[in-house]
Amino acid sequence: MDEQRHLLSILVDNEPGVLSRITGLFSGRGYNIDSLSVAETVEPHVSRITMVTHGSPGIIEQIKKQLNKLINVIKVTDLTGMHYVLREMALIKVNAKTEHRAEILRITDIFRGQVVDVGIDHFTVKVTGDPEKIEAVINLLKPMGIREIARTGCVALPRENGNSH
Amino acid sequence: MKLKGAQILMKMLQEEGVDAIFGYPGGAVLDIYDALMDTDFKHILVRHEQGAVHAADGYARASGKVGVCLVTSGPGATNTVTGIASAYLDSIPIVIFTGQVPTHLIGNDAFQEVDIVGITRPCTKHNYLVKDVRNLAKTIKEAFHLARSGRPGPVLVDLPKDIINSTTTFKVPGEVRMRTYNPTYKPNIRQIQKIIDLVAKAKKPVIFSGGGVNLSKAHEELTKFARKARIPVTSSLMGLGGFPGTDELWLGMLGMHGTFRANMSITECDLLIGIGVRFDDRVTGKTDEFAPNATIVQIDIDPTSIQKNVPVSVPVVGDCRISLSMLNDLLEKLDLTGVDEKRAPWLKQIHDWKSTTPLAYKQGDTIKPQYVIDTLYELTGGEAIITTEVGQNQMWAAQYYHYKEPGQFISSGGLGVMGFGLPAAIGAQVGAPGKTVVDIAGDGSIQMNIQELATAVQYKLPVKVAILNNGFLGMVRQWQELFYQGRYSFTKFEHMPDFVKLAEAYGATGLRATKPEEVKKVLKLGLETEGPVIMDFVVEQEEGVYPMVPAGAPIKKMLLV
Repeated sequence: MDEQRHLLSILVDNEPGVLSRITGLFSGRGYNIDSLSVAETVEPHVSRITMVTHGSPGIIEQIKKQLNKLINVIKVTDLTGMHYVLREMALIKVNAKTEHRAEILRITDIFRGQVVDVGIDHFTVKVTGDPEKIEAVINLLKPMGIREIARTGCVALPRENGNSH
Repeated sequence: MKLKGAQILMKMLQEEGVDAIFGYPGGAVLDIYDALMDTDFKHILVRHEQGAVHAADGYARASGKVGVCLVTSGPGATNTVTGIASAYLDSIPIVIFTGQVPTHLIGNDAFQEVDIVGITRPCTKHNYLVKDVRNLAKTIKEAFHLARSGRPGPVLVDLPKDIINSTTTFKVPGEVRMRTYNPTYKPNIRQIQKIIDLVAKAKKPVIFSGGGVNLSKAHEELTKFARKARIPVTSSLMGLGGFPGTDELWLGMLGMHGTFRANMSITECDLLIGIGVRFDDRVTGKTDEFAPNATIVQIDIDPTSIQKNVPVSVPVVGDCRISLSMLNDLLEKLDLTGVDEKRAPWLKQIHDWKSTTPLAYKQGDTIKPQYVIDTLYELTGGEAIITTEVGQNQMWAAQYYHYKEPGQFISSGGLGVMGFGLPAAIGAQVGAPGKTVVDIAGDGSIQMNIQELATAVQYKLPVKVAILNNGFLGMVRQWQELFYQGRYSFTKFEHMPDFVKLAEAYGATGLRATKPEEVKKVLKLGLETEGPVIMDFVVEQEEGVYPMVPAGAPIKKMLLV
């Protein structure tokens, strides 16, 4: 059956070993993690994991059930098909020879990014957006020579019903 | 009340109603063992930590209570892993306490340090490292709660030495409340009604019952339901004992070594009601051709079991016993007049399958292993608790002994652990002191945990071991015969201990039968002899287990004798 990409938002106990239980579940059962981000929520005992995964509908169903079965998992929400806001951030360290510096700044500007570090022959650019937007920036900066990239993975929250834009 | 961690552990074990502990002392648990001397627990000193876990497993199944193990850190802990993985796959409630190096040494590669919580994460229902003595009582309470509730399973609690030695105020913790854990026991009544509607329409229904029926002790409800609706019953290996093996509606076990009639019934049925089963590959064979004409219903307490291996039309999340008693209530309201006539052609068909292709063997000049089990069944009146090792001995024990109730057939079903049977028999005997407990073993498997014979002798546990001694790793040899052109790669034991002398060396009784006419005599004597007995049956070397469905084939494609 067709593989589908799913965006999961998982609330878990903020305890040592919990992330390992989750990643262990994925590696042990051969599921895929495309991206993963974890941080504490307003409740200090609770963390939110935002995960992008893919698989056939049967596998996705199993992934959600298996996650729910873990004792430290509080709630699994599949945001796919819901209204949600999604962001990823990337730091891109790019070669910046004199003849390219203006172009890099322009591209950064178009994507509403920021230069967060600058040197004689490099810029580090910060961009935020959905993964497609970040891919676009990376593709445009590639010809200049990208030295290093760090991406956060997606974070997402569902929109509130009715009064959310 | 101020108590040391070790004393809190003892108090909590009493709170949880523990009576037996299977364990092995060591450096990291000295303080726990010291505290143990001031209690009345029956502590069974095993000879290897793997034996402790299998014994706790056997104890849990025979008694219906949570099994408890206590072992030291490092190798003591790693030796439990096979037993834990087996209990996990068979959903057996066990709590394992492991010693750990003091917290300030954790992560230092200290002597006998191992990250047992990390190692057992994928094979426990849950596990804990206790880092503060103030959390100890609550953690133990949760561990027992998790082990026995919902879909049961093993839970490990790792206890660093300094935690066990620290003192805190002890208060018995209240009811366990975990916001992340809330198993569904009561199924949705609409789903139950759907099953009744399907039963009313079905012409060729079959019930497929599994370990879940035994775990929730749903055997009476299942028997009532099947008899009332006149539905034949088959089961997985783990489901044996959930339905009387002598009932006219009993089809025998299903799957790779299932009976002809069970596998044919599944293939032909129009309604398949799976209860407490996970449709394991050993049962389904090729899933595309498993119950191809049937509407499939699946009842299980664990949502991950449902729809995992086969598509299901009516999924029901709930406890097997509660679900079955709701089914029985609704069945009362169903007009069942004429059900006998309606089922007659289907039951006739099943009867024909049974008469044309029954389970069979021919007893000739050498002892047939099946004959040993047949005779054992006869001599014990079907009342014994049977544990098994893994391989041919296990399959013949499943085929030729007939079980009446949950906890009577104790086998490592999911993981398939050789060396399970003897320690499990010891545990079962502790859990059910009045019962006859027999380990049906192979000559290969028995050597994997033979050291536990000393445990049985020490505690005067009268377990009986029947070794079906064919000089081979029989099941692997059978596969080599059938699928590897008879190339017997390392499946023949060129050297074998003398099991009779071995029994005697351990202080047990050793008996041997080499001819068919000796089988009954040896079994009778073995069963009547006080204390542990090893019976060495020198059987036909190249006997196979049949029927057999080759791995990955549809279950109707059986190799017959």
